[in-house]
Amino acid sequence: MLTEAQAWQALDAVEDPEIPVVSVTELGIVREVVAEGDGLRVVVTPTYSGCPATELIAESIVDALKAAGAGAVTVETRLSPAWSTDWIAEGAREKLRAYGIVPPQTAAPGGAQVVRFMSRTLACPRCGSMRTTRLSEFGSTACKSLYRCEDCREPFEYFKPI
Amino acid sequence: MTMQTTPEHLEYVLRLGDAALIHGQRLSEWCGHAPVLEEDMAMANMALDLIGQARLLLSHAGKLEGQGRDEDALAFLRHEGEYRNPTLCEMPNTDFAHTILKAFLLGSFSLLLWDRLGGSGDLELAAIAAKSLKEARYHAEHTGDWVIRLGDGTEESHRRAQAALDVLWPYTNELFAPNATDDAVSAAGIGPAWSELAADWEAAVLPVLQHATLTVPARTPFQSTGKFGRHSEYMGHLLAHMQHLPRSFPGAKW
Repeated sequence: MLTEAQAWQALDAVEDPEIPVVSVTELGIVREVVAEGDGLRVVVTPTYSGCPATELIAESIVDALKAAGAGAVTVETRLSPAWSTDWIAEGAREKLRAYGIVPPQTAAPGGAQVVRFMSRTLACPRCGSMRTTRLSEFGSTACKSLYRCEDCREPFEYFKPI
Repeated sequence: MTMQTTPEHLEYVLRLGDAALIHGQRLSEWCGHAPVLEEDMAMANMALDLIGQARLLLSHAGKLEGQGRDEDALAFLRHEGEYRNPTLCEMPNTDFAHTILKAFLLGSFSLLLWDRLGGSGDLELAAIAAKSLKEARYHAEHTGDWVIRLGDGTEESHRRAQAALDVLWPYTNELFAPNATDDAVSAAGIGPAWSELAADWEAAVLPVLQHATLTVPARTPFQSTGKFGRHSEYMGHLLAHMQHLPRSFPGAKW
């Protein structure tokens, strides 16, 4: 038996498989934990529709809760409201930066608006220089774009607001 | 969901799911072949979003149909005439300019469609739309930037972008062709008739094409018919490639 509070604590230790410095709770993808009889039901929301980490995250959640002493664990996916980078916990933003990923800075855009050749001024997470250039809208995963610092010459990633 | 499923409702969701699936399949063909590494990753990431959307939509279609077919059965075990994607989605990649122009024309359309479907009376569809809209915005931005770069680029890139637009433009007629499915779905509050989006789509697309110094071809009466299940000669080859593995190894898992 595991209480809901204990379950949340156990979930705080479940890492995002692609960005292992932040937990699934810090990312804001665990929406609810509900005790049901002897077991638990965990409601998660996917980041991107095609995010290949989604299934692995669900398995990691079940494993972590069982290791912490939970009985039956079911993971339910809920789409609405759609996940937003605005849900990433404040503390996780600095963890991302220290890991070399600039956290999403602006509020997620709304509506069917497109900004042409959007230029975002980002500070290099390594040296702090503002002289940075976007190399690619899509980085190693759909949720990030790829930048380069013109001063320290290191590439870095930007977690796109969505 | 309390809403009664009508054949038109199912047909409409299949059009959305198949459009995402087939467009995603075409984009995924660039994996390992794009002109630069960054675009290889961009194409693969957009394909991943689209195939993710297709999974959600086809799962939903399977539930609406109520015959026990899941996303895989619908994606891989139907025959050509049962797919409901607009022909534009299945057009071959040809070159980078063709792919970018096609993804831009389709992406701009998806953006408007997802925005409207966010208010669908089919709540599952509304949830999928709200999620897909966020992704479509990045696709439309990225491909629109590239349309301008190619069109207003070198002589060679302009020539290729114009050639792509000339080939693909007539296929956009189909997106806005009135039909009984759209009428029924629109009347039921499930989603807009696609023809309602024509003016907003042109208002989004034409300034970008103009900025790209491309000449928009005159409209012709040509009507492709993919969304009615009558596909181009390219569809069979695409399906053979896409369906080969699941048909050869039924029930295979990674």
